[in-house]
Amino acid sequence: MGRPILVFLANATPSAISLWFLLFVSFMPVANRYQLPDISIRLTDELIMKHIDQSSRVIDLGCGDGRLLERLRREMNCEVLGVDLERSNLVSVIERGLPAVAANLDEGLQDIPTGSFDYAVLSQTLQQVKQPQELLMEMLRVARRALVVVPNFGYWRVRLEVLWRGRTPVTGNLPYQWHESPNLHFMSMYDFRDLMESIGLTIVRESPIIHGHAVDRAWAANLRADSAFYLLEKRL
Amino acid sequence: MPSSPESTQSDSDASVGLVDVQTATLFSDRPLTLISGQQIGPVTVAFETYGTLNEERNNAVFVCHALTGDAHAAGRHSEDDDKPGWWDPLIGPGRGINTDKYFVICANVLGGCQGTTGPGTINPESGQRYCLDFPSLTVGDIVAVHSELVKHLGITRLCGVIGGSLGGMQVLDWSVRFPDQLAAAMVIASGHHLSAQGIAFNAVGRRAIHADPGFDRGNYDPAKPPQFGLALARMIAHITYLSEDSIELKFGRRLQDSDQFAFDMLKETEFQIESYLHYQGKRFVQRFDANSYLYLTRAMDYFDLAEEYDSLSAACERATARFLVISYDTDWLFPTSQSRELTSALLKVGKHVSFLELECSFGHDSFLIDIDPLAELIHPFLERTRVSEARRRGQTDPGLPG
Repeated sequence: MGRPILVFLANATPSAISLWFLLFVSFMPVANRYQLPDISIRLTDELIMKHIDQSSRVIDLGCGDGRLLERLRREMNCEVLGVDLERSNLVSVIERGLPAVAANLDEGLQDIPTGSFDYAVLSQTLQQVKQPQELLMEMLRVARRALVVVPNFGYWRVRLEVLWRGRTPVTGNLPYQWHESPNLHFMSMYDFRDLMESIGLTIVRESPIIHGHAVDRAWAANLRADSAFYLLEKRL
Repeated sequence: MPSSPESTQSDSDASVGLVDVQTATLFSDRPLTLISGQQIGPVTVAFETYGTLNEERNNAVFVCHALTGDAHAAGRHSEDDDKPGWWDPLIGPGRGINTDKYFVICANVLGGCQGTTGPGTINPESGQRYCLDFPSLTVGDIVAVHSELVKHLGITRLCGVIGGSLGGMQVLDWSVRFPDQLAAAMVIASGHHLSAQGIAFNAVGRRAIHADPGFDRGNYDPAKPPQFGLALARMIAHITYLSEDSIELKFGRRLQDSDQFAFDMLKETEFQIESYLHYQGKRFVQRFDANSYLYLTRAMDYFDLAEEYDSLSAACERATARFLVISYDTDWLFPTSQSRELTSALLKVGKHVSFLELECSFGHDSFLIDIDPLAELIHPFLERTRVSEARRRGQTDPGLPG
């Protein structure tokens, strides 16, 4: 690399450059099929906790084994509630001495009273529910603010996978094929912003997650971020 | 509720062993004023205990039995007993309610017929059996007696109270009537009221008793009870404890004694399900009193937390315990929607509540049969309650991490 490439670039036509570029990226970094980001739990937990006030009331939708709930309870003195569908997850939350209720996010949050929480958390799950828009509205019915982490399908590797290899991106840490994937919706940061605009939600904060770091702002975020964090509120 | 036909249990050897029924006499100095305004006293209570009450007297768990249950929740009365107590797979050393750690109390309810004062008891004023002179009862009255028994045993605060069906109603009532007396409330296959459909089934049962020629307005000779009416009441109630699937699976359309229809209108039993119901009815008459059945089903019909405290949330507001609410997907007597409604009301007033719907094909009776999933929830729930109680008292419990 270095000097010879610069010489080549100086003399090449634009179409030759793009051909070489595509050859390069398709064999080097994309040698394996793209997998949806498995953002480290620590990163998302800390990101979420950073935006939650001490001693507030937090509901975690799709709470899993309740590790975030326990941190919120212990480190931030929050009043917490976990929501999940899996019995084993609910047992784990109860084992931590925390409350959890069974609910199917596809059926809304009808058991959760309006305004009973300060924050509703939904991490890496929005793309898996049947009606993301309705769930977001439900979150902002039960809580004042919603915190969501969503994958960004505008990420360049996803684009390349579709464009160059002609393949649907394969997700998660499990090799889901398109027909068995739990991910029902594919949206980019642009799409997400559009949806917020159309359903009347305010993006209080947007943090693109790039190379495992959440940043306050970034150039070409929709191309560079594999996922994004949002803090949402109902528009007044 | 019926005794369980085939309970699942994780630890078959870990039984509480041989147990005795004990009795306590309460309200001898001052009678109990019931919610109806009538008074009763003294009240004899039959109860059993399992495990050991610790020195601090803070490891007690109270078990509330259902409509036709009794104080015999675990263990055996003698080596020859063919069946252990009605919730035996759940209660014992190393079981869901671990008697190595907890002191478990189960008492027969007021108005019952298994040792506690009820309509079959002699009225000290008249020297005759109460029969229908027994005062009207509510779940609150039953709980008032439980609560007094707990005090009588020298226990200020229970670690937990647990019960299914009518037992769950007692737990709920207890949590709002005497909130300081319990740290945890476990409400299983129950609700804050009985549905109109449930009242309808109770009504048919009572009608069957009333219509029995032997009923004599409740003044029947205990040796000659209105057995046809009581058996019929049990048969109809028993159907509500099962599910369509469980009946189908267990009996299907199979015939009892023949492979052909009898075409005989006097033959009572042709299908296996008929035989089963007749058997349930016959067995019930041997152990239960018709007047008690009237009083207790009425208490169940009357129970309505929302009505008593203006709204369900207002009732829940009074509670201080942490709650565990469990329903069963095939239970149509106390459907999941009721447990959800209760959970929602508790959440509305910011209470600590966990809710799960368990899958089990046995209908309402599931809570007596499918013990493992229940134990899996109750065990950690109680343990964590114990830890948080220790913290509350400003102690650390060396027996548990964190």
